[in-house]
Amino acid sequence: MVGERMTASPDHRAGTAGVGRLAPAAVALIALVGLWEAAVRLLQIEAFLLPAPSAVFTEFVADASVIWSAGFKTLIEAVGGLVAGTIGGILVAFVVARWEAVRLGAMPFAAAVNAMPIVAVAPITIALFGLTNPVSRMAVVALMVFFPVMINTTRGLLSADANELELMRSYGASGWSILRRVRIPSAHPYFFSALKIVVPLSLIGAIVSEYFGGPQDVLGQYITNRAQLFQFPDAWAAMLVAAILGIGMYSLVLLAERLVMPWHVSVRTSDQR
Amino acid sequence: MGEIVAARRVSKVFKTGKGAVEALRDIDLTIDPGEFVSLIGPSGCGKSTLLRLVGDLLTPTAGELVVNGKTPAQSRLDHDYGIAFQKATLLDWRTAIENVELPLELMNVGRDQRRARATEMLEMVELGEFVNANPWQLSGGMQQRVAIARALALRPPLLLMDEPFGALDEMTRESMQQELLRIWRETDTTIIFVTHSIPEAVFLSTRVVVMASRPGRIVDSMPVDLSHPRGVDTREDERFYTTLTEVREALRGR
Repeated sequence: MVGERMTASPDHRAGTAGVGRLAPAAVALIALVGLWEAAVRLLQIEAFLLPAPSAVFTEFVADASVIWSAGFKTLIEAVGGLVAGTIGGILVAFVVARWEAVRLGAMPFAAAVNAMPIVAVAPITIALFGLTNPVSRMAVVALMVFFPVMINTTRGLLSADANELELMRSYGASGWSILRRVRIPSAHPYFFSALKIVVPLSLIGAIVSEYFGGPQDVLGQYITNRAQLFQFPDAWAAMLVAAILGIGMYSLVLLAERLVMPWHVSVRTSDQR
Repeated sequence: MGEIVAARRVSKVFKTGKGAVEALRDIDLTIDPGEFVSLIGPSGCGKSTLLRLVGDLLTPTAGELVVNGKTPAQSRLDHDYGIAFQKATLLDWRTAIENVELPLELMNVGRDQRRARATEMLEMVELGEFVNANPWQLSGGMQQRVAIARALALRPPLLLMDEPFGALDEMTRESMQQELLRIWRETDTTIIFVTHSIPEAVFLSTRVVVMASRPGRIVDSMPVDLSHPRGVDTREDERFYTTLTEVREALRGR
């Protein structure tokens, strides 16, 4: 189905874009790293303030196996919490969107909780699930993810166009049919905006929770330990790994978005209108 | 039986935060099969409300309403009517043909039969080449054609149209009117057509129902004495102009 649509509407813009459009960003990146390196050397900036990119890169290579293995463990915590929080958020959104009474009762609290700094509960989940148990960190991530996903998906389910709903009603369509054919597709763009918010949040939640202690072989602990030993380039190399993981996860969301809703304005590949 | 719509002393009151609003008062209207009836009147005269009462998208507060010999609810569940809005209201996540298939799908028509019928309908509205187009790739007029094809996919005896050409430019609008008259003649469908435009109402209809507001009510029902098929010449016919004037005066309350 997706493939069929892609061929029906060939990607005019991406064809000419590709490499050419990435060039300015690549030049900017090289310039920025060069400037950074030059500044650190010329101004003799101390490594604890800002290590040179070359020093960071050296550690990134030298300590690669340790950092990546830590990164992988952190990634599992982030993804575990992300999946749990997203599934929970979607399920609750269906209930909340379906019954107005539930909505009126629950939404103000959801919005209030969403405004709280949820990472702060990490010591509590650690007490609950145990310091060494990755579930302690996943629980924090899940909570951070849950509210944006739930609130946005609820809004999406309720955003269906009034005429579209009248049309379905004119056909005597069942509630389930309206949900499947109109409400869920209408919620897709809202759900994906939520995902784009919570994917970076999930890594933040995992790493910050790790600062509170627990197994040593995770990114958060790696960063704190190295910083305490004044091995700042190592700490920065770990942040580079965290950045790569974050960008990777975010790219997967963008890809999923293109596959799931090729029809939406934000991802349309052609527009003849 | 006989008539496809029969309304007797139908009223509709909306309860709002600021109190009750009388949208329609004592509507008496009968429409015979094969008629093309336009509802015309100022904003707030309840013409769209009346259309929605017939379609059972709203329920009358008082009065008796019979559609196709049944209650409006039964008639809706039996798919006795198709509907089109000012906005084409195509589902963006479906191609043109998938949009036309929607009502057939909801009636559990088999896949092959659905495809065949939807293709036939798109050909009728002269969009045979755009079967697999996405809605946003079509012009406003083309989108509205798809919407009409969808409304007629189940061969309903009645077609309800709520200012379907209101958002189109004048040129497209006139060609769509021509197209709609052709479809009306080819399909034997009874059409109830809500519009703001006097020339549109006169050009299309066999009868123009003039409404007034506060409360919404019918003030006149005027047969249009213009021969069929109608075309460019009709718009230059002297009787076309006299009817325009009559409708305009009825709208002004004479």
